[in-house]
Amino acid sequence: MSILIDRNSRVLVQGLTGKEATFHAQKMQEYGTRLVAGVTPGKGGLKHLGLPVFNTVEQAVRAEHPDVSIIFVPPLAGAEAIMEAAAAGIKLIVCITEGIPVLDMLRAKSWLIRYGASLVGPNTPGLISPGESKVGIMPGHIHRPGPVGIISRSGTLTYEAVQQLTAAGLGQSTAIGIGGDPVIGLKFVDLLKMFRDDEQTEVVVMIGEIGGQAEEEAADYLKVSTYPKPVLAYVAGLTAPPGRRLGHAGAIIEGRQGAAAEKIRRLKEAGVKIIDNPARIGLMTAEALALKN
Amino acid sequence: MLIHEFQAKSFLKELGWEIPASGLAETAREARQLAGELSCPVVLKAQILAGGRGKAGGILKASTPEEAELLASKLLGTRLVTAQTGSQGLPVTRLLVEKALYLRKEYYFGLTVDRNKESLVAIVSRQGGLNIEELSESEAGLINKIFFQLDDGLKNFQARQLAYFLELSDNLIKDFVARTRLLVGFFIENDLKLLEINPLAVTEDNRLTAVDARMEFDDCSLARHPELSALREGGQENELEKEARQYGLNYIKMNGHIGCLVNGAGLAMATMDIINHFGGQPANFLDIGGGVTEEAVSRAFEILLLDSQVRSALINIFGGIVRCDLVARGVVTAARHISLNRPVVVRLEGTNVAEGRKILEESGLPFTFAQDFEQAARLAVELSRKLT
Repeated sequence: MSILIDRNSRVLVQGLTGKEATFHAQKMQEYGTRLVAGVTPGKGGLKHLGLPVFNTVEQAVRAEHPDVSIIFVPPLAGAEAIMEAAAAGIKLIVCITEGIPVLDMLRAKSWLIRYGASLVGPNTPGLISPGESKVGIMPGHIHRPGPVGIISRSGTLTYEAVQQLTAAGLGQSTAIGIGGDPVIGLKFVDLLKMFRDDEQTEVVVMIGEIGGQAEEEAADYLKVSTYPKPVLAYVAGLTAPPGRRLGHAGAIIEGRQGAAAEKIRRLKEAGVKIIDNPARIGLMTAEALALKN
Repeated sequence: MLIHEFQAKSFLKELGWEIPASGLAETAREARQLAGELSCPVVLKAQILAGGRGKAGGILKASTPEEAELLASKLLGTRLVTAQTGSQGLPVTRLLVEKALYLRKEYYFGLTVDRNKESLVAIVSRQGGLNIEELSESEAGLINKIFFQLDDGLKNFQARQLAYFLELSDNLIKDFVARTRLLVGFFIENDLKLLEINPLAVTEDNRLTAVDARMEFDDCSLARHPELSALREGGQENELEKEARQYGLNYIKMNGHIGCLVNGAGLAMATMDIINHFGGQPANFLDIGGGVTEEAVSRAFEILLLDSQVRSALINIFGGIVRCDLVARGVVTAARHISLNRPVVVRLEGTNVAEGRKILEESGLPFTFAQDFEQAARLAVELSRKLT
């Protein structure tokens, strides 16, 4: 089994009729994802890509019973789209939108808590359970089903990691991009717990980057839990200049806090195998798995 | 978006905070005149968009108007290099000339978003004027933090808690509480990411005064605050960085010899790291982003090669949203335009990779193709050495 999504997941697309959403919804359909509806206010009643379009998430939920929603809306509408999905009872929300203001995200997070919903992202490529379902914008063809769980804060670097794994003969159970923004939904620790309980997953690869404390939290968790599976990590940004923002991502080093070296030190201390060369993610994971078996 | 001290202080003034009497000087003569009007001693403060000015000699005290003129003439027109500016420094075109005050007490006050606690946080320190991050490690007892939810705002009792922690005198506590709550409202209303008053001082005549201030707005929300965009200062960016931003590119100049053009911030950082891993030095961080146009790629490649320190370039693209053929066309256009004279290693992967490679091969330009990420980095490092 994978985590979070599988072939039975019923997926709603918020902002379906937009250009980006249309393109990626089509790719998801081609991959085999079970899209069931779209939402675009003012376009209710239309059919788009063979899917019924609704004016509100609430209507879509009533008619088509989606359990996952993927959001493609403009940045200033992003937080409200998350709130709308949560309020309509959707339990897994994947927000692709990049550039949502950080205070908006604080507001959205309190809605997620109130309604008991989980968020992936924002500013994420989404997630994929290869061979089962893809709820995101990643190139599907580089993935294979298999034993590696991937949790990443990055987009294209995740594709790079997946490609290396697939080339090394290792498929993936679920690959999930948690997003690079300062305030996000699910984090490393939440997903490490899910991968721990997932039978298909035999090894977990974390791809972190500078900024924030999510890697440190993961290290603290791994240190005290007796984690039953090998965990590897690559942390991007060792050469990043301090005090500068790299990318739209939340990758910024503020003082010593959040620096790559510190994250690496803490993860190493927690027994995580550190990948020091980002071109060796595939090979080192294969080694770790061989050692375990 | 960071704004200048003088801009931040004018917001503070509107919110009822006291600030030292001051004026803005663009010439040494104006500085002299202001010093005379304010009555010396005065402090001259370089208005640049970076911290660390004091240690870098960007804040100077003058005892007479003549001295103010002399010091101003030395500061204006230079580039001030501080711990936060990078080696190029930032141009000093304006000085804030401020009445020097005798400060009885100096504190720190800050408001920001705590990304780990996912809340807002108000921070005070009994010791101001220092690097708060270092202080919070070494002297945690001097610092008090109150976390609060955005929808709740900062309550009166919480502001009082901070005021009593600072041991403010009774007559200042009311001022502090009222002004702090106004600041929190301003912070939320205008989508700030950081607001600092450092030092927040008590003057000789027992008044609460904001002696220095720093405000950073969230770039993502500027679209809904059009009035704030007018505060942006073009001259405070590296020229290449500024041009890159106009094309929606994220370019940061560094000091190495290998220029990088990459899609995605994570992969761009990993590319810098792997160059370093093989003994090279990246010349820049450059993320062309997902929605990039052919023209922007072209400009990105030119910007990268405008850096005369660049001895070899590495193009590392993992096409997802970005198509390899679009990148290839942009690169070829730029390479022809600037008559490429340095080796370029190309590693393409993902969407439309075959078309992209074909375009580069048929251009007849001297690109070196790499099979994978590691080979690309090794080649770029090797080629950067050959030219020395």
